[in-house]
Amino acid sequence: MAVLLNTDQLFATIQELAKDLSARHPGFEEVVFVGIQQGGAVLGEEIVAELRRQHPDKTIPYGQLDITFYRDDIRKNIIPPDRMNIHFGVENKTVILIDDVLFTGRTIKAALDVLFDYGRPAKVELCVLVDRKEHRQFPIQADYVGTTVKTGRADKVKLVNQEVVLIPG
Amino acid sequence: MQLSTRHLLGIKNLTKEDISLILSTAEQFKEVLQRPVKKVPSLRDVTIVNLFYENSTRTRFSFELAEKRLSADTINFAASSSSAAKGETLLDTVNNILSMKVDMVVMRHSASGAPHFLSQHIPAAIVNAGDGINEHPTQALLDAFSIKEKTGGLEGRKVAIIGDIMHSRVAQSNIYLLNKMGAKVTVCGPPTLIPKYIREALGVEVSYNLRETLEWCDVANVLRIQLERQNQVLFSSLREYSIAYGINRQLLDSLQKEIVIMHPGPINRGVELDSDVADSKQSIILQQVENGVAVRMAVLYLLANREN
Repeated sequence: MAVLLNTDQLFATIQELAKDLSARHPGFEEVVFVGIQQGGAVLGEEIVAELRRQHPDKTIPYGQLDITFYRDDIRKNIIPPDRMNIHFGVENKTVILIDDVLFTGRTIKAALDVLFDYGRPAKVELCVLVDRKEHRQFPIQADYVGTTVKTGRADKVKLVNQEVVLIPG
Repeated sequence: MQLSTRHLLGIKNLTKEDISLILSTAEQFKEVLQRPVKKVPSLRDVTIVNLFYENSTRTRFSFELAEKRLSADTINFAASSSSAAKGETLLDTVNNILSMKVDMVVMRHSASGAPHFLSQHIPAAIVNAGDGINEHPTQALLDAFSIKEKTGGLEGRKVAIIGDIMHSRVAQSNIYLLNKMGAKVTVCGPPTLIPKYIREALGVEVSYNLRETLEWCDVANVLRIQLERQNQVLFSSLREYSIAYGINRQLLDSLQKEIVIMHPGPINRGVELDSDVADSKQSIILQQVENGVAVRMAVLYLLANREN
């Protein structure tokens, strides 16, 4: 097991991401944030907390999204679902999807399917902590990337205990 | 996490973990049902046949809606309008349907054990939607879900099941489930409608006194008199039954506390429940129906065929 980002680096990266997000959306008007269960929801919480610290006068809506019922591999393995909590409308909003690791792109594809069952956003952007760029199976890329890493196909990259670790496959 | 069983034949052979998994999955499906688009693609590649050898409105609609909300393909079968009326056996009918590549069977039958029989002969996953006087597992699951939602939990909850216990598959499934989840159960009704050794066999308390039972319980699950399953006279008249075991406003108001009223439907108004009880704010009868769809979605989702 190798540590890709230790706790200090992780929080520095979160601050960088928050800075990028603020720069591109100065007023946060019509912008909502959605973290993808489970890792993305934890990360999203941190990013939104940082944004709220930097902009105490702004309301920054944040929800969690679970893709379990939209997975394309359901016939292989039945997975118990996580909590969904999108308590605001996404119709005509700019939705910033947040995930911890961008790998094949399948999760993001499913997350977009979920999102569109809640309404029709004006725009969707993707913010990820770690990009495993060379393994993409769909034409999906992130608008905000914390760090890009080279990994093997069978490796696992996870956000655990405030560290990003690589478990070799 | 997976269910310990391939079929849902009854609550009897489920574990406590199975029940908890179904109820927690149902909570997520209840959220799906509040969305603008009340549908998920989970069972897009699954075909389900609803085999109803016995009349049903609520359960059949509820299953059908659950299947559609999961994006499954469905076909419906009613015994009265099919080859069963021409003398085809149950097994032949089902094998014919399965040869058209059906993955799951939801079945209601007037013979107790019919889905168990079927499960030994066919490869598809079977969901029991009520078999004779044996079990009605999805009703017990949605009742438990509704009790949990209304009162916060099942452990230690005092639940009274009132009425025709003898002929009720709802009562039997509820008793199995509530016992497994640590609730306390009392059955109440006229002696002729309560099986003699039920205390020993199923571990419930028995009462013949409605007022005492209502004073004791947190939740009263009131059942219908199943005249269609009674082949002898077990009480003198519906009017007399109603006087001794019917729940009316006056009786509820005279209790020291506010209890929750449930009923699996269909209600015989004026017999087991008066209208001003059935339609009161203490009654969660319509929430039960609403929760039924989410619970059945959870059952179908968790039983959907796996490749390996």
